[in-house]
Amino acid sequence: MRLQYPPDIRIIQVPCTGKVDIIHLLMAFEEGADGVFVAGCLEGDCHFREGNLHAKKRVKRVKEILDKVGLGGDRVEMYNLSAGQGGRFAEIAKEMTARILALGPSPIRIAKGLIVWPGATATGAAGEVTA
Amino acid sequence: MIRAVGKPIEEIIGMVQDFNKLLIAGCDGCVTVCEAGGLKEVKVLAAALRLYFTQAGTSKQIEETSLTRQCDKEYLAQLRDSIDGYDAVVSLACGVGAQFVADMYTKKVVFPGVNTSFMGATEERGWYVERCQGCGQCILAETGGVCPIARCSKRMLNGPCGGSEAGKCEVAPDIPCGWELIYERLKTLGQLDRFEKPVTPKDWTTSRDGGVRKILREDLRV
Amino acid sequence: MSTETPSKIQKILAAGHLAVTSEVGPPRSADGLVIEHKAKLIADYVDGINVTDNQTSVCRVCSLACCIRIKQMGLEPVLQMVTRDRNRIALQSDILGAASFGINNILCLTGDHQHFGDHANAANVFDLDSVQLIATVKMMRDEGRLLGGHEFQVRPQMFIGAACNPFAGPNVALRVARLAKKAAAGVQFTQTQCIYNMNTFKEFMKIMVDRGLHEKVAVLAGITPMKNVGMARYMQKRVPGIDVPDEVVKRIGGVPKEKQAEEGIKLAIEQIQEIKEIPGIKGFHIMAIEWEEKVPEIVKAAGLFPRPN
Repeated sequence: MRLQYPPDIRIIQVPCTGKVDIIHLLMAFEEGADGVFVAGCLEGDCHFREGNLHAKKRVKRVKEILDKVGLGGDRVEMYNLSAGQGGRFAEIAKEMTARILALGPSPIRIAKGLIVWPGATATGAAGEVTA
Repeated sequence: MIRAVGKPIEEIIGMVQDFNKLLIAGCDGCVTVCEAGGLKEVKVLAAALRLYFTQAGTSKQIEETSLTRQCDKEYLAQLRDSIDGYDAVVSLACGVGAQFVADMYTKKVVFPGVNTSFMGATEERGWYVERCQGCGQCILAETGGVCPIARCSKRMLNGPCGGSEAGKCEVAPDIPCGWELIYERLKTLGQLDRFEKPVTPKDWTTSRDGGVRKILREDLRV
Repeated sequence: MSTETPSKIQKILAAGHLAVTSEVGPPRSADGLVIEHKAKLIADYVDGINVTDNQTSVCRVCSLACCIRIKQMGLEPVLQMVTRDRNRIALQSDILGAASFGINNILCLTGDHQHFGDHANAANVFDLDSVQLIATVKMMRDEGRLLGGHEFQVRPQMFIGAACNPFAGPNVALRVARLAKKAAAGVQFTQTQCIYNMNTFKEFMKIMVDRGLHEKVAVLAGITPMKNVGMARYMQKRVPGIDVPDEVVKRIGGVPKEKQAEEGIKLAIEQIQEIKEIPGIKGFHIMAIEWEEKVPEIVKAAGLFPRPN
């Protein structure tokens, strides 16, 4: 469809979001991810029956953990869309990027002294979504 | 099996604050089955603790392992060579395992990472139900295979009480009345005559009330 | 033959009269005069006065202390005893204590679970249940023996009662069977849970009479007057084991607020009149919770006053 969405997103493909476990999401944050979103099929349409429902529960649990460890549950999110919804994917990507820019770099990145985006401050960003 | 639930993360953070080298030790037994303290849960807890302490600016060394069981010394012995490298151990085993770790490594601070709850069965994944109170004198033969000590909130032997309504216990609407279950089972088995005979008071000496228990099987000990 | 005791209630029943009992709830402080006041209000209108035992697991002055006071006032107390809070040592100890003051009536109960009350995080005991407590009192009275084997001469002389709930699950026939079990253990009288569903109660009494149980256990029908429609709804929805048919709620709610108490009393009196006609009934147990002042009116209007000596 050649739609544009922010370049700051690294995509990891899985056969079903049911394959995504809590530890995978936490590992992403340990490695310095500022935000993670899980994009699964529409509820009721999971190709493997309930994989996306398991993913939903796990994302919820990770939100709770992130709230308790000082990163904030807003950095992770579950989205549902069908394979044909290219436009929706671009929308989600822009939405999540905007959210993370507003939240600022992950405290892990800051604590570890990793590169943060230009103009970023510890709480809130100066960056802009351009696409 | 023994069923447990992971302690809240903030409680564990509070326990380990002052220790720098931590071992998170899971158990492949009961707590793995109820997804509270197996290797998976060890990894999640370790990652969560690392995230917390990193963003807090405190550097801690947090390592992960899981033992076949923590309630048998043979498996605990596997920690002998590495345990001195840690200031504290968070055991995700049930209370039994956590204590056995502490008994074997008396100089090591051992923290419990789960809240151990009961002896129960798996109704469905994620739904564990209490079935046995370990009274030490099993009477299931008399009650059609339903235990009144574990399943009656008042552990009556001559139930049901007057608070049993529509098959539910007065304590909560999602608790079935244990004695109604016994009644239905005895009816199915054609043993309703058991209902008419008063049951005499229980001998609690073989339960927790009799004092700390042990089993000594002389046939197994040389 | 049921053991004879000095119990006034037992004597009145044996003489063929309908017995009337009521209950008083102790205060939640060390005030000893509350019970004295409540007992005086109803003294002439009842044959026995129950004192509840930390009812609904709410901590109050203990039943034993209040029963001793009532006995010393020259009245007839009924010691209610639950097994929720005391093990067999304490239960037998309290029975001996009550008997040492000449208390002649005991109502043996298992007791409401502690989550209902103000100490939900307490451990419970339930060493015995109500049936086992009944058997224990009988053994102390008829054999002069404690559960642990100790034998003694000066025995409690207690008329043994139990609660019974025709409206609890699983079915009426089983509730009769449970009362039969209590009778086999030694129960001599029962005070039923408060009655609003007449059909169920009549079904219960029919099975009682068919089994001949009404001669072994004196059934005192439980009557609780409704104060207002709020109480009716609360009892219908929130109290396990009480069956309040919609017609009753509608009746109380169908009159203006200031008339509802009067309607509740009227209903209670009508219930007594209707129940008097049921074969096997030996009396009434009027539970006017925190409304003890209405007992005289109900007893009089129901034709049960004066009480036989």
